[in-house]
Amino acid sequence: MISTTYSDAILSAFDYLLKNYPEVFVLGQGLWSPWYVGNTMKNLDKKYGKDRIIDTPVSESACTGAAVGASICGMKPIIVHPRMDFMLYAMDSIVNQAAKWSYMFGGQLNAPVTIRSIINRGGSQGAQHSQALHSWFAHIPGIRVVMPSTVQDARDLLISSVLCPDPVIYIDDRWLYEQTADLKPIKETPLNDVTPKCLKEGDQITIVGSGYSTLLALNASKKLHSDGVRAEVFDLRVINPFNSINILDSVLKTKRLLVIDSGWKSCGMASEVITSIVENIPTNTLIDPPRRITLPDCPAPSSEVHEKDYYPNEEKIIKFINDEYYF
Amino acid sequence: MISDGGKKVLEDPNYIFAKLNISQIEHSYLEDFLMSMSVIRAAEIKIAEAKKNGLIKGPVHLGVGQEAIAVGVSKNLRNTDRIFGAHRSHSHVLGVDNDLHKLFAEVLGKNTGFSSGMGGSMHLASKSKGFLGSVPIVTGTVPLAVGAGLASKLQKSGDIAISYLGDGATEEGVFHESLNFARVSNIPILFVVENNLFSSHMHMSLRQPLNTINRFAKAHEIETKLVDGNDVVEIYRTSSEFIRRMRLKPEPYLIEAITYRWFGHVDWREDIDVGVARSKKDLLNWKKRDPIKRLSDAMINKKIWTIEKQHNLDLKVDELIHANWEKALHDDFPDRKSLLDNVYKYD
Repeated sequence: MISTTYSDAILSAFDYLLKNYPEVFVLGQGLWSPWYVGNTMKNLDKKYGKDRIIDTPVSESACTGAAVGASICGMKPIIVHPRMDFMLYAMDSIVNQAAKWSYMFGGQLNAPVTIRSIINRGGSQGAQHSQALHSWFAHIPGIRVVMPSTVQDARDLLISSVLCPDPVIYIDDRWLYEQTADLKPIKETPLNDVTPKCLKEGDQITIVGSGYSTLLALNASKKLHSDGVRAEVFDLRVINPFNSINILDSVLKTKRLLVIDSGWKSCGMASEVITSIVENIPTNTLIDPPRRITLPDCPAPSSEVHEKDYYPNEEKIIKFINDEYYF
Repeated sequence: MISDGGKKVLEDPNYIFAKLNISQIEHSYLEDFLMSMSVIRAAEIKIAEAKKNGLIKGPVHLGVGQEAIAVGVSKNLRNTDRIFGAHRSHSHVLGVDNDLHKLFAEVLGKNTGFSSGMGGSMHLASKSKGFLGSVPIVTGTVPLAVGAGLASKLQKSGDIAISYLGDGATEEGVFHESLNFARVSNIPILFVVENNLFSSHMHMSLRQPLNTINRFAKAHEIETKLVDGNDVVEIYRTSSEFIRRMRLKPEPYLIEAITYRWFGHVDWREDIDVGVARSKKDLLNWKKRDPIKRLSDAMINKKIWTIEKQHNLDLKVDELIHANWEKALHDDFPDRKSLLDNVYKYD
């Protein structure tokens, strides 16, 4: 086994899909650029040709719509949005069209498009280059939302997303790109079989994350472990449709729930996780109130001073747990 | 052919229109056009009545008066082509799939409809005939149709995409993005703009500096032609030539067809003098440009059709409407248990 980075894992998923599925093609801005999407798309245009790897005009709306339309016609397109913020131009094609195409026509047609949307935060990029809007999309019935946090999932869930007969938004966070792991051989897994996964076992508190938040939770929990705190860490992986069953079992065991989310607090994914657990457990199960660590409810600031306060990190999570809980 | 000088008058209710030039068109084609337009007309009038008397629950956008466009274009299509419509698309789906029962069942919300009763008038599809969907978000399907054309190009199938849209849709930004992307990627798509001069209640003159939109095609280097949207033969000839070329060499084209809807924006009312710049006088003038009567007259004039044959055709259409409507009325609604079906393709 060869150690692989998260970004190389994405690249290897593209390579696998393009090699094995002639109906797969990729479009989006920056695909012929050597720097636009990290090295996650590197040289794909040279290997598979500019017919299948299409760098597009600055038209998020039309190009996303085109990917949706091509998917209705038997192709498996992947539309890449190097920053989620710009994808908002394409909301009609995603929310009104792709998400509803199967339902509106009684299942006669479907739109198996994959929308790769990249979260690209920090670096003083400010309010319009740093958003994590996964919770928005998780609100919409008909669109699956996938957030890989591990290197293995970065590769495997991209493959599952593209092979899924439903529209999928696959969200990767550039802060995860340097993670490394030894990957198992590729085994195609139906996206339906992908549920929240326990990454670390413990019996005192259940910490739930998605994407980069899972990494934070995992790192914080490892450090807490040396202080004697036994945290169980769950990675959501697929946030819509959301299956809470594994987490529910965990909370019944640990009796404490903390959710870490890279989005805002109000109406966010953390609220959804907490609600779906609380409404399904007996009253008085929890020793402590369910809690969440999210972004503060303000746009991403540009100043590095503000940024330090804005984003959750390992130290903040450890401090929060030490301050809020008595095990 | 509409000359440059004709452009100004084509959208004028007082425009003096010429007799249809039906030369060099097979008689069987002309009869097909007549039948197809008559069926669409009668179906929509039936739907208007049923909406008025409350049998149909959802909104219906009727295109009575505009039948020639879909009928003329559809004659060039095959089942593997990819057609997308919008909110006013009864004619677009019937143009390629004349299953009246399925249309009636759908507008009545019955499970035997085009979309299994899940769509109603505004969400129609007939996959086996290449009609891949119509939706009521203005311009919503235009980029999808571009993608369908792109798929066809990648699949090297020789199939083409058709995007039906109205004049209002040309005011959305994504229309312009779609034209640009189609051109720069050489996508085999025919944009068919049905310019009926109104978006809801608003006349073109209140929304755009000109009453025609083909300038947008020119801006994106897309070959275009302005045609009389109430002349089925002209529409057939123009689309036939464009589609022939698209199948040989993938490229986008745009047809602008000037027409007029006899009903208001939605449902059965005529919307006379309740909208802006839509008068009874204008409507009566436009009705003189009836695409069905013009074709019938031209055929009778050329002695390839008779008043008796026309009468028989009308009777046949009435029977078709009646039989299919009654059948649809007696069909079942979707099972209540199916509410959550097909949100996802696999559960």
